[in-house]
Amino acid sequence: MTQTTQTETGHSLAMPDGMQGFVKDWSSDQRAFKNVPWGKAMMWIFLLSDTFIFSCFLLSYMTVRMSTTVPWPNPSEVFALSFGGDPIPLILIAIMTFILISSSGTMAMAVMFGYKRDRRKTAILMLVTALFGASFVGMQAFEWTKLIVDEGVRPWSNPMGAAQFGSIFFMITGFHGFHVSVGVIFLFAIARKVWRGDYDNETPGFFTSRKGSYESVEVMGLYWHFVDLVWVFIFAFFYLW
Amino acid sequence: MVDAAHDQVDFVPPAEVGEMELYHPKSWLTKYVFSQDAKVIAIQYSFTAIAIGMVALVLSWMMRLQLGFPETFSFIEAEDYYQFITMHGMIMVIYLLTALFLGGFGNYLIPLMVGARDMVFPYVNMLSYWIYLLAVLVLLASFFVPGGPTGAGWTLYPPQAILSGTPGSEGGILLMLISLALFIVGFTMGGLNYVVTVLQARTRGMTLMRLPLTIWGIFTATVLALLAFPALFVGAVMMTLDRMLGTSFFMPGIVQFGEQMQYGGGSPVLFQHLFWFFGHPEVYIVALPAFGIVSDLISVHARRHVFGYRLMVWAIVIIGALSFVVWAHHMYVSGMNPWFGFFFATTTLIIAVPTAIKVYNWVLTLWRGNIKLTLPMLFALGFIVTFVNGGITGLFLGNVVVDVPLSDTMFVVAHFHMVMGVAPILVVFGAIYHWYPKMTGRMLNVPMGQIHFWITFLGAYAIFLPLHYLGFLGVPRRYYEMTDTSFIPQSAETLNAFVTVIALIVGVAQLVFLFNIGWSMVKGKKSGPNPWRATSLEWQTATTPPGHGNFGPTLPVVYRWAYAFGLPGAKDDYVPQNMHPDQVAIGDTADLSGTAAQPAE
Ligand code: HEM
Ligand SMILES: [Cu+2]
Repeated sequence: MTQTTQTETGHSLAMPDGMQGFVKDWSSDQRAFKNVPWGKAMMWIFLLSDTFIFSCFLLSYMTVRMSTTVPWPNPSEVFALSFGGDPIPLILIAIMTFILISSSGTMAMAVMFGYKRDRRKTAILMLVTALFGASFVGMQAFEWTKLIVDEGVRPWSNPMGAAQFGSIFFMITGFHGFHVSVGVIFLFAIARKVWRGDYDNETPGFFTSRKGSYESVEVMGLYWHFVDLVWVFIFAFFYLW
Repeated sequence: MVDAAHDQVDFVPPAEVGEMELYHPKSWLTKYVFSQDAKVIAIQYSFTAIAIGMVALVLSWMMRLQLGFPETFSFIEAEDYYQFITMHGMIMVIYLLTALFLGGFGNYLIPLMVGARDMVFPYVNMLSYWIYLLAVLVLLASFFVPGGPTGAGWTLYPPQAILSGTPGSEGGILLMLISLALFIVGFTMGGLNYVVTVLQARTRGMTLMRLPLTIWGIFTATVLALLAFPALFVGAVMMTLDRMLGTSFFMPGIVQFGEQMQYGGGSPVLFQHLFWFFGHPEVYIVALPAFGIVSDLISVHARRHVFGYRLMVWAIVIIGALSFVVWAHHMYVSGMNPWFGFFFATTTLIIAVPTAIKVYNWVLTLWRGNIKLTLPMLFALGFIVTFVNGGITGLFLGNVVVDVPLSDTMFVVAHFHMVMGVAPILVVFGAIYHWYPKMTGRMLNVPMGQIHFWITFLGAYAIFLPLHYLGFLGVPRRYYEMTDTSFIPQSAETLNAFVTVIALIVGVAQLVFLFNIGWSMVKGKKSGPNPWRATSLEWQTATTPPGHGNFGPTLPVVYRWAYAFGLPGAKDDYVPQNMHPDQVAIGDTADLSGTAAQPAE
């Protein structure tokens, strides 16, 4: 049996079965991934590389948590917050997580409206996403301040136990927060371009002289979902373990 | 034969995508300095890499002077020696070879060989070079800060790398770590370009299985780099924090000068894992492009198709994948769990299988080929011999019981210089002799090239063979001097002096090469567009050197693989990849499939 594959040219190619078909598919003419624009392919590969960075960070975290002999502080106590009454464990983190995941939702909607060439809705949804992101970073700043000022945690020491607790916390959440901040900046920039209609008019980029296209919105979305996904892992490993 | 059974030739599907618009520079500055053209970026990368490589070469002379004639040179103190070792190793591996193979050859050859007008993201590609340059400058700056560059060894193992006993622990180590992080950022920008260009921007008819092996090597190496550098990046960030903020990621409790330091609870072995998770793939980041280039060099210069093309591609891919699961063979003496040693020794020996396949295939390509001893061919042959040599000592060191006594001796130094020092450098030279005509339109001078080859090749053996023997005697690596050590015979000193003299001669031979590059640019014989009568696309460009956009008004269409040499019935002994099947034959007898590449015996 031979399968046929449809490419956008409407031309069908004969495909052998099994392993050979797999190879043939990958090695096919001109593009390995049909209908995947360059920007999107690049973002996927970048994210793969970035995944390795975050994996190394998280594995390092697990290693030092095991190598230190000083007890690890209990995260649900450290990250508790009280609004007048009893402290509620992990409440701030829960809100932050909720916000970031909501922002993934608005981002996905922005991508959808981008496909529909709905300039206004796309731009507004991207702005909302950016604001969610900015408030996430803001809350992170609040959390850092609380840890540093109230609890006396420092990168090199920690009154509640292992010094590595503070080191790794500031490093990993800092690196993630940096990712979010970069994302927010790009969200604003791309939202502005959408709003101005650069993608409808195919305005060339300043440095690249490439035609602008709504593809950028989707590429931005990939990055944003990734940052969100990474947070889920950080959340699980850091706050729930 | 199965081997020759290759893609059907004539079928070229219609274009799937329209052409991307190209960036056109308007001023001299954007054309030659802040250029977005991959060819200019390639040349910028190459010159920067070779310039910093010269620094590493000079450092190797200094080390050899000290080893050959200990207690003679007052300007080389023990601290200096460690700094020389560290900077020499790091520069050679990363700032020279990685940058040259991927940033240099990758940029020049990928768009040309896959039939693209440029890289997919020229602007990002340009940034890649400038960040690389910044990384190099930061690295060089460390020679001028108080305390000098770091002397921690190129492996930068903590805790010693950042403690005050080690030279350069003041500023040098920080600049090294920052420079590495910058290098990785810059490389990532370029690397994404190389990968996406190969995957998504090939010309019509250029399926992945018709790519020249050079591209396969560079492509796979880039993927490895994108996945391996993150580990080094993370290690560098964490060590920077240990040094700057006093965190203890890698630092156990330490007593220095009778005082308990504030460090404690970290894991030094963690750094070793991170470092070698990067470090071993790094060997293949340097080796795979060399593999690919050598395959093409011997095919062109022996007028014969590469033997077992598909197998060669698979071998590259499999070696690349396996290289991620062997890293701890560098850590047999680190005190990790012995079971790990068992696992990593096994994987290390398995990797020898695809590697051996490649060597057999090179030899079988040469077998009954019409071998022309041109300069690229000489260097390619030199590579094969040297690589086998270094590979075999690698099998020794891959076994735990053999490695434990040999670890940290000159035997290891000899091994890795053979396999990832000399061998890839020979390919770099071969590749430059091969592609220089395309870059400049002129041939490199042959007599000078021959002098360069023979001195470098024989010299490399005269330098590194004795080091194997010194290693067996027990001469440790990274030792400033060994005078009056009871277990080392007097004759070892004579040998060391001999090695030093040869190393200096080899060094001077490189100056001949550099002179040749400059001289031939002006005085070299005109080469014409395709002096080697090669088949791949870069030789079929409209102008030489290729202009902006590479291919003139229309992109080439590819009808066959890059190894169509000696087709029966064809009018030439080579058929370019983009020659239309109708033009190949003299009569009707030609086998247009381009697959029966075996010349009639
Ligand atoms: C003329 C050629 C070369 C000479 C004479 C030379 C010489 C040396 C010497 C004397 C050492 C120090 C040995 C010790 O005391 O431990 C060394 C180390 C090293 N070399 Fe080379 N080398 C040459 C080329 C290269 C190349 C092309 C590479 C590229 C991979 C390279 C990579 C290294 C590395 C990674 C180290 C280890 C540094 C360390 O121990 O931290 N060398 N070399
Ligand atoms: Cu290794």
